[in-house]
Amino acid sequence: MIGLWTLLKKEILRFWKVSFQTIAAPVITALLYLLIFSHVLEERVQVYPGISYTAFLIPGLVMMSMLQNSFANSSSSLIQSKVMGNIVFLLLTPLSYWEFFIAFLVAAVIRGLVVGLGVYLVSIFYALPPLHHPLIMLLFAISGCAMMGAMGIIAGIWADKFDQMAAFQNFIIMPLSFLSGVFYSIHSLPPFWQQVSHLNPFFYVIDGFRYGFFGLSDVSPWLSLAVVATSFCVLSWVTLIMLRSGYKLRG
Amino acid sequence: MLPAIQIEQVHKYFGKLHALRGIDLTIEQGEFFALLGPNGAGKSTLINLLAGLLRPTSGKLSVLGHDVVSDYRAARKALGVVPQELVFDPFFNVREMLRFQAGYFGCGKENHPWIDEVLEGLGLADKAGTNMRALSGGMKRRALIAQALAHKPQVLVLDEPTAGVDVELRQMLWEFIKRLNREGTTIILTTHYLEEAETLCSRVGMLKQGELVALDSTRNLLERYSRKSLRLRLDPPSLPAELQPLLRSQENDVYTLALQETAALEGVLAKLRTAGVRVEDLQLVEADLEDVFVELVRQ
Ligand SMILES: Nc1ncnc2c1ncn2[C@@H]1O[C@H](COP(=O)(O)OP(=O)(O)OP(=O)(O)O)[C@@H](O)[C@H]1O
Ligand SMILES: [Mg+2]
Repeated sequence: MIGLWTLLKKEILRFWKVSFQTIAAPVITALLYLLIFSHVLEERVQVYPGISYTAFLIPGLVMMSMLQNSFANSSSSLIQSKVMGNIVFLLLTPLSYWEFFIAFLVAAVIRGLVVGLGVYLVSIFYALPPLHHPLIMLLFAISGCAMMGAMGIIAGIWADKFDQMAAFQNFIIMPLSFLSGVFYSIHSLPPFWQQVSHLNPFFYVIDGFRYGFFGLSDVSPWLSLAVVATSFCVLSWVTLIMLRSGYKLRG
Repeated sequence: MLPAIQIEQVHKYFGKLHALRGIDLTIEQGEFFALLGPNGAGKSTLINLLAGLLRPTSGKLSVLGHDVVSDYRAARKALGVVPQELVFDPFFNVREMLRFQAGYFGCGKENHPWIDEVLEGLGLADKAGTNMRALSGGMKRRALIAQALAHKPQVLVLDEPTAGVDVELRQMLWEFIKRLNREGTTIILTTHYLEEAETLCSRVGMLKQGELVALDSTRNLLERYSRKSLRLRLDPPSLPAELQPLLRSQENDVYTLALQETAALEGVLAKLRTAGVRVEDLQLVEADLEDVFVELVRQ
C-alpha cells in the first residue's frame, strides 16, 4: 500500500507544483470560451426553456475542461518520463501493473476535478445554472474523468514522441470534444451529424452531466451512464492488458 | 545460502540481433563482482534483464532465489540498479526524489535516516534541497546512485557508475560502496576503468559479443592470461631468432617480450649476450587487467 500511495502522491504533486500551467491555464481558456460564446449567442440561442444560453454552456465547458485535463495528466506524465528516460525509476520498483494503473488514474481524476471546480467557480459569476441532481452531476464528473484518465494512460504508453501525442490530441481528443454538444444541443444539428454525435462517448458524458444541473437532457441519463461506464471499462481493460504485457515499456 | 544472482542459459534477441548467447552466471552473496567487456558486449542488456526492464527470450534469472519474472516483487525489492544513462525527474529535489523512490519499494518514514546517510556518504548532503535539473552531470550521477540505494537493497548493480565523475568523488563513492560491501551488500559493477575493477573486485566476468568468455577470481585471471612483460632497449636493434616467439610489440629499438615468469628473465638475457646484443635499458612490467582484457577481446 505504501508503494501505491507514494506513486499517487507523486503524481498529484507533479501537477500541483506547476499548477499555473495545469490548473490556472485551462480555467482561463474555459473562461475565454465562455465570454466569447455567451456574448455572441446569449440573445439568439435558447436550448432549454427558461435557461439562459450562458447557464446552458457552463456545465458543457466544465465537463470539456475536466475531460481534456484528466487526459492531459496521465498522458503527459507518461510521455514526459518516457522521453526523459526517468520512467525506469518506476519500472525498477516492485509496483504491480494494478498499482500503476490506479495511481495514474486517480491522479488524473483529481486533476480533472480540480480544473472542473475552478472553471465552475469562475463561471458562476456570469450565470448560475441550477443544480437539480448534485449526486448525478458528481457521478458523471468522476466517471468522465476516469474514462479520460485511462485513455491518457493508453496514449502515454503508445506514443514514443511528443508529436505522436500531439496527433492523438488533435485528431482524437479535440474532434470528440467539439462534436459532443458542449456549445449546443445536438438537436440543433442536421440529422446526419446527430447520428454521428450519438457515436461519441463525450456526448453522453456531457449530456448526463448537464442532466445533473438542469434535470433535462437530450437522451436518458441512464443510457448516458451506461455508455460512459462501458467506455470506462473497455478503456481500463485495454490499459491493464497493455500494462501487464509491458507493451512499449519493458522490451 | 542462496546465491545473490543466478543466471541460467539466458538468451536475448533484439529482432535478429542475438545480444546474449546462453549466459550462465552465479554470484554469491557478499561478492564484489565486475562485469567487463567492450562496448556492445551485452553488459547493460544483462543488467536490464535482472532489473526487469527487459524480458529474456529464454532462460531464467533470479535475485536471492526470487525469479525476476514470476516473483518480480521480491526480486526487485532485493535489487538496486544504477542505470547507465543519466536520467532524472525534473520536478523534484534530491531528497524528495529519494523519499519517493524508497516509498515505491514500500519504505516509510523509518527509512528517512538511511536516506540521510546515503546523501552524506555520497557527498550530496548540501544538495539535498536542490532540484534535480540544477545539478551538474557528476552530481546527477551521484543522485542516480543514491536513488538505487534508497530502499537499502541487498544486491546493488552499478552500470558504469563512474563515467563522467571526478577523481575525488570516485574515491568517495568507492569508499562508500566498499563499506556497504563489508556490511554484507553484494556489489556488481560494470566499468571501462579496468584498474577500478582490479582493485575493488574479487571476481570478474568478461562478456564478449553476448558470451561469457572468462569467469574467475581477479587473481587467477591475472595469472592465467597475462604474463609479465619485459621491455628492452637493444643495441644494435635486432632480436635474436630464438627470442622472436616471445615478441609482443616493437617500437624503434624498444622490444616488448612476454614472460611466463620472472625466472625466465635470465634465459632471455643469456641469449642476448650470446648473440652479442647489448641491453641499454630494461623494464619489467607487471600484468594488469587491461592486458587480460585486451588478450581476451583479441582472441
Ligand atoms: N533496446 C535495444 N534494441 C535493439 N538493440 C539493442 C537494444 N539494447 C541493446 N541493443 C544491442 O545489444 C547489444 C548489447 O548492448 P549493451 O547495451 O548490452 O552493451 P554494453 O555491453 O552495455 O555496452 P557499453 O559498454 O557500450 O555500455 C548491442 O549490439 C546493442 O546495439
Ligand atoms: Mg552498457
